[in-house]
Parts: sequence; C-alpha cells; structure tokens
Amino acid sequence: MEFQITKKAKNVTFGLMGFGLLLTIVGVFMNISDHHFLTRFLASGLISGFFFFALGLGALFFLSLQYATETGWYASVKRVIEGVAGFIPYGMGVLGLVLLVITLNHGAHIYLWMDPKVVAHDEIIQGKAAYLNPIFFWIRTIVYFTTYIIFLRGFQKRSAEEDRIGGTDIHFQNYKKGAMFLVFFAVFSSTSSWDWLMSIDVHWFSTLYGWYTFAGMWCSTMVVLVLTTLYLKKLGYLQKVNDSHIHDLGKWTFATSFLWSYLWFSQFMLIWYANIGEEVAYYMTRIANFKVLYFSMFIINFAFPMLILMSRDAKRNAGILTFVGMVILTGHWLDVYIMVSAGTLGANARIGALEIGMALLMLGFFAYTVLKNLTKSPLTPVNHPFLDESIHHEI
Amino acid sequence: MQKEAAIREPLILGHKTYHDITEDVCRPIEDKAPKMWYTLFGIALIIGLYGVGSILYLLGTGIGVWGLNKTIGWAWDITNFVWWVGIGHAGTLISAVLLLFRQKWRMAINRSAEAMTIFAVFMAGLFPLIHMGRLWVGYWVLPLPNQFGSLWVNFNSPLLWDVFAISTYLSVSLVFWYIGLIPDFATIRDRAKKPLSKKMYSILAFGWSGRAKNWNRFELVSLVLAGLATPLVFSVHSIVSFDFATSVIPGWHTTIFPPYFVAGAVFSGFAMVQTLLLVMRKAMGLEAYIHTKHVEYMNIVIMVTGSIVGTAYITELFISWYSGVEYESYAFINRATGPYWWAYWSMMTCNVISPQLMWIPKLRRSLLFTFFISIVVNIGMWFERYVIIVTSIHRDYIPAAWSMHFPSHIDIGVYVGTIGLFFVFFLLFARFFPVLALNEVKTILKGSGQSYKESPDYHKHH
Repeated sequence: MEFQITKKAKNVTFGLMGFGLLLTIVGVFMNISDHHFLTRFLASGLISGFFFFALGLGALFFLSLQYATETGWYASVKRVIEGVAGFIPYGMGVLGLVLLVITLNHGAHIYLWMDPKVVAHDEIIQGKAAYLNPIFFWIRTIVYFTTYIIFLRGFQKRSAEEDRIGGTDIHFQNYKKGAMFLVFFAVFSSTSSWDWLMSIDVHWFSTLYGWYTFAGMWCSTMVVLVLTTLYLKKLGYLQKVNDSHIHDLGKWTFATSFLWSYLWFSQFMLIWYANIGEEVAYYMTRIANFKVLYFSMFIINFAFPMLILMSRDAKRNAGILTFVGMVILTGHWLDVYIMVSAGTLGANARIGALEIGMALLMLGFFAYTVLKNLTKSPLTPVNHPFLDESIHHEI
Repeated sequence: MQKEAAIREPLILGHKTYHDITEDVCRPIEDKAPKMWYTLFGIALIIGLYGVGSILYLLGTGIGVWGLNKTIGWAWDITNFVWWVGIGHAGTLISAVLLLFRQKWRMAINRSAEAMTIFAVFMAGLFPLIHMGRLWVGYWVLPLPNQFGSLWVNFNSPLLWDVFAISTYLSVSLVFWYIGLIPDFATIRDRAKKPLSKKMYSILAFGWSGRAKNWNRFELVSLVLAGLATPLVFSVHSIVSFDFATSVIPGWHTTIFPPYFVAGAVFSGFAMVQTLLLVMRKAMGLEAYIHTKHVEYMNIVIMVTGSIVGTAYITELFISWYSGVEYESYAFINRATGPYWWAYWSMMTCNVISPQLMWIPKLRRSLLFTFFISIVVNIGMWFERYVIIVTSIHRDYIPAAWSMHFPSHIDIGVYVGTIGLFFVFFLLFARFFPVLALNEVKTILKGSGQSYKESPDYHKHH
C-alpha cells in the first residue's frame, strides 16, 4: 500500500540474516566436536526463538489491551502494533521447530524431565510428571499457538474490515475480543513460561516466574514499537504521529522497565532473604557462572531506562529513545539468555558465534517480516473511531 | 486542541453550567445537615467509642485479652491492619495512576477516594501501635538517636520497612489530597456568608487567589506528587507482603506475594470506594457527576484486579503441588480442607467468583448489584488476610503445636470500632469538605459534558 520497504532496509535485513546464518554455520563447525554441542545449539535456538516470538506476542497483548480499555491515543500507531504482532506465526514456526527437535532428542539436556533415564532416578521430577511430560507439554503448546493464531487472525481481519466499512460495530467486537484475549493470555503467559523456561531448572519453582517473564516480554515489545515508529517517521511516514504519541510510547517503555525491575527484585529479594536451599539454588547457579553478566543485565534493564528516560524531553527525543531502546532490548535478550543457559550449560555457556549468529539471523528475519507486514495496509487506520482523538493527541 | 471521540459516553449528565457545578458541590456544605447525617454520625460515633473503649481496656490489661494462641502470635490484629492498608490504596491509585493514564472519569471520584484512603491508613496504623502493647513508646520504631544503650531499630526487618513505607505513603497522600482541596476551599470561602465559616475556610484555603500563577504552580505540584505517589502505591503493599513472604513459613513464603498483594489492595480499595460513593452520590444529589458509567469503570477495575488475585490464588495452589515440597502442599490442602475451610471458601467465593459476574454488562451497570458486590468483596478481602495469616501458622511442624485461633470479644470490639471511627471521619469529611474536586470537574465540562457532546457544533469536524 503506502509503505514500501526501501532498498536499504532490504539490504540490511537480508544482510543481517546472511551474516547471522554465516556466523551460525561457523559456530556449528567450531563446536560440533564438543559433546555439549547439541544442547548448546538447541539452547541458542530456544533463546532467540522464544525472544523474538515473545516480541510478536507482546504486541498482540498490547493491541488487545488497547481494544479492551478503549484507548484513544494509540489509533495512529495501531498499524505498527499490528505489524509487530504479525510476526507471531513466523516466531511460532521457529520456536515450535526448536521445541520439536528438543523433544525428539529426549530433552537434549535442556528439559531434563523429557529424558526417561533421568526421570527414573529422580523422585522430584516423578512427582511433577502429571504436568511435565512430553505429551501434555505438546498439548499445551499447541493450545497456546492455536489460540494466539485465532485471535491474531481475527484482529487482522476486523482491522481490514474497519478500513473498508467503518462504523462502530467492529469497534465493539474488538472490545469484546480484546477482553477475551486478555483472559486467555493471563493464564497462558504464566503456564507457557513454566513450560518453556521454568521447567529447564526442573527442581526449582517460583510463583512469580510467569509474571516476571511476561514483564520482560512486554518491555521488549514496547521498545520494538518505539523503534519501528521512529523508523517510519524518519522515512517520512506516519505524519499523524506527533511528539505526544512518541512520548506515550516512551512512557510505556519506562513504565514496563520499572514493572520488570520490580518483579525481578521481588523474586530475587524474597528468595535471597529466606535462603531456603531448594529455592536459592536457582540464583546460586546464576551467581556462580554468570555473576557479572547477570547483575549488569539487571542494571542495564533497570537503571538505564530509569535514569535516562525519566525526563519528559528524553521521552520525546528520537535519538535518546533509539539509543536506550537498543540497549535495553539487548539487556532483555541477555535476560532470556541467562534464563535458558544457567540451567542447561551452566559453566559451559558462552556467547559465541552460535548465539550471536542465531540472534542476528532472527533479528533480520523479524525486522523484514514486520516491515513486510507494514506494506500490506495503510499505515494510518482509515475508520478507527478514535482516530480523530488520536490525531489531536496533545500532552 | 484535544478532541474526545463521539463514541465515548458523557461524564457529566444533563445541562450543567459552571455555576451549577459550584452550587451542587457547595450546597450540602452550606445548608444545614440533614437528619440522616446526624443519625449516621451518631451510630458511627457510638461504634467508634466502643472501639476506643476496647483499645483502652486492651492497653490497661495487655494483649493477653486477644485470642492469640501458641504458634499464633498475630492473627486478628494484623489481618485488620492489612485489610485497612489495602483499602487505603484506591485513593492514591485513582488520583495518581489514573492521572498518569489521563482517565477523566477519575475527577468525579478522586477527592472522596483520597479522603477514604487517608482515613483507612489511620485505622491501619492503629493496629501495629496497639500490638506493641506500650503505646507510649511507639516512637521506638523510628531510628532515633537515644540514650537507652543498644536500643536501635532492626533494618533487616520488613516490619520496619512498613513503618517507613506507610508513613511516607500517608504523608504524600495527605499532601496530595490537601493541595487538591485548596482551590475548592477558596471557592467555598468566597461564597461563605457567616463570619466564622468564612474565617475557617480562608485559613484552609491558604490565601488562594485563583491567579494564573497559582494554577500554574498547582498543576506542577500535582504532577510531581502524582509521580511520587505512583511508586508508593506499589511499594506500600509490596512491603506489607514482605512481612509474610520474607519468612520461611509455608503459605507465607512465595514470590508472587508483592504484585498479588498490590492487586488485592486495589481490588478491596475500589470496593470500598463503591460502597461509600453509591450512598454519597444519592445522599448529596451528585448523580449527574458520579453516574452509571463511573460505577461501570470501577466495576471493571474490580473485575480485573479480582481476576489477577484469582490467578495468583490458582498459581500458588498449583505451584504448591508442582514444587514437590510436602509442607508447601499441606499448607494449601489445610487451607482448603482443614478446620478453617469455611474461611478459605468464603474468600474464594467472594474474591474469585463474585467479581466474574461483572462480565455481564447489565450487572456491572446495576447500582444495587454493585453495592452488594462491593460489600461481598470487602468481606472476601478480609477473609483473604485471615486465611493467609492464621491458616499458615495454626499448625506447626509437630502436631503438638497445632492450635486454633478464636477472636475474643476485645478483638471484635477493636475491629468493629475502627469501622465506626472510619465512618466518623468520612462523615465529617462529607459534611465540611467539598466531596467533589469541583474546579477539576469544571475542566471537563465542555469536553465530556452531555449537553456539550450532544450539541450540533460539537462534532462539526465529522
């Protein structure tokens, strides 16, 4: 439609994919003789597969939230949110493939509970077997994926319809469907994070885990929304998006960074304070093998946005937002990296060609897909009932 | 210029002018109080005095008059403390967080919700104080230089963090509330005819003149205070949850506590706002400003926070099994099937099931039903604290240390008394203070008033 992927953007995204693929191949050859190779390869796939899938999922959540709360200001950036959410099927494909290969390899030392030999000698895992078993795991995964796809397609369909027909019926339908999605998401965001991530540290448990993972995902998504909006504006698109919209997106980035930090602290502090062996083991492995990385990750994701994005002017400044956004996006990738690596490779974990390669490959793929999605419809929704309110947005 | 979408419902009903708003808010203060006010005030005062009597008896005799038992070192008092602190969350949430989210409907309810918050925090603060037994050394909770030898506060204790968190919260809420009141006091002052009330309100109004500079500073301070208050909304109840969660007691030690307590606090706070406002709007003739849409919005907040709380209950229950820790599992089995099963199931019914009824638009727009549910939620949230606190400590690791908690009549007297005192404060507020932020409400009249929204010029641009 109005937006076309520039030649430069095409070169950069394909360049990223090509370079990422090259690095991955180099990484494979460098490490293939290592006996941890399979675990490392799949762990790397899980890290980037989950991280980029979560960016899309976060956008779907954010879109539903706007519908359910009948928010007005977001209308002029709605297509950006939809573009990011449109990555879900692709992210799902990658994540699903990684999970499948892990399952076929009896957990590949990532999900120990998938390995019958380990389970046979482990009473704690036996106790969890009613929940943690490959069949039920896949039933749940398929249910999550199917639900996400159904809601995504519904929102996409109605969004296009609204552009054609207008009126308020579609708005009220979105309002209902948005609320409904939030209900499913409230349950699935927790259970899926237990399934895909928490079960890596199979003996360990934390009731806050799901909300913590969700907060990280939400924050990363907000960064992507800011960056994409700024990119489009720089090219001269999204004329209707003014400083106030950018400010609001900046506020969301700031607020979700805080939310994530608050939950990180709550989980860490309570476990550290009570110092119960079964629980504290989780942080012991992180401190033993990832001390500097783990705490710098927290500082990056907490102090950085807090100090820099505190002021109003900073949240309206494209340069500052881009810089902070890229830093905390990396910070949240590191968070997922440690979430997966500490319980799988532990002391043998490295950020090498394999990890960086796959991350860049996914980044290129993600960026290209999002841009491609943006070409499919007008960048400003035509008949959104809050469009006028959004265009006159001023704070 | 800002534009409000046609699809949004008006926030001020009828054909109100700026002057009507002043009249509607000031008249109840200027007229004589109705008989009903005296009746309610009398009842609240008697109940409050009964509470004061119970507290005095308690202080004279010692906390042995409470129904505490072997392992149950705190039960009823801390339950009431957490209950009141939780209720004291809605006001600041409405005035600060909803301000940041630019929710205009908050303007009709923020004043009374903030007042309610402050009175609720007063009531909450009472319980730790009387639990000390020696009220007169209450200042020992502060890290003051002293000559008592090694007497110093324990910075490792979440109870001390509570002291800091709650006193900060109270101070900021109080200042925030008062700053908002200043222009409205000035309006009452300018209208007052009797010399005494003119004098009183002019003292309260701090010499407000209504000049542009006054308003400029007013708005600046409000925004700064909103920024300060927002983290406080989260910190207070998070720290209250630390009182339990930093321990190693199954049922108390769980990482989800901080955010889940915050959600629960907002849940109960909004319920109390509903209880009070539904009566107040009717009694004071404010139906045009606080109407079905406001009630519906608040019901949605109740539904969402109730669902968050429900999700947390289920998460805890599931993880207690998933953890494979037998003590953890038993703590929850005991809650649901042990001697306090009735408290657990009351909590589940009131907090998890009842807010789900708000999915039905007809119910969440029904004032009578809302009033009923708001009471149910308040009961449920009281039971939640009782369940968490008592069921987790009444059965220790060895059955010889198993006991029960039954409240004594002093326990009940103190609790009921705080409800009386709370209403005494609130009724005084409703009698002498502007219950609606009238100057703020005026700012939305032309954007969200019904007569303006329905006029043909409003949507010329469409």
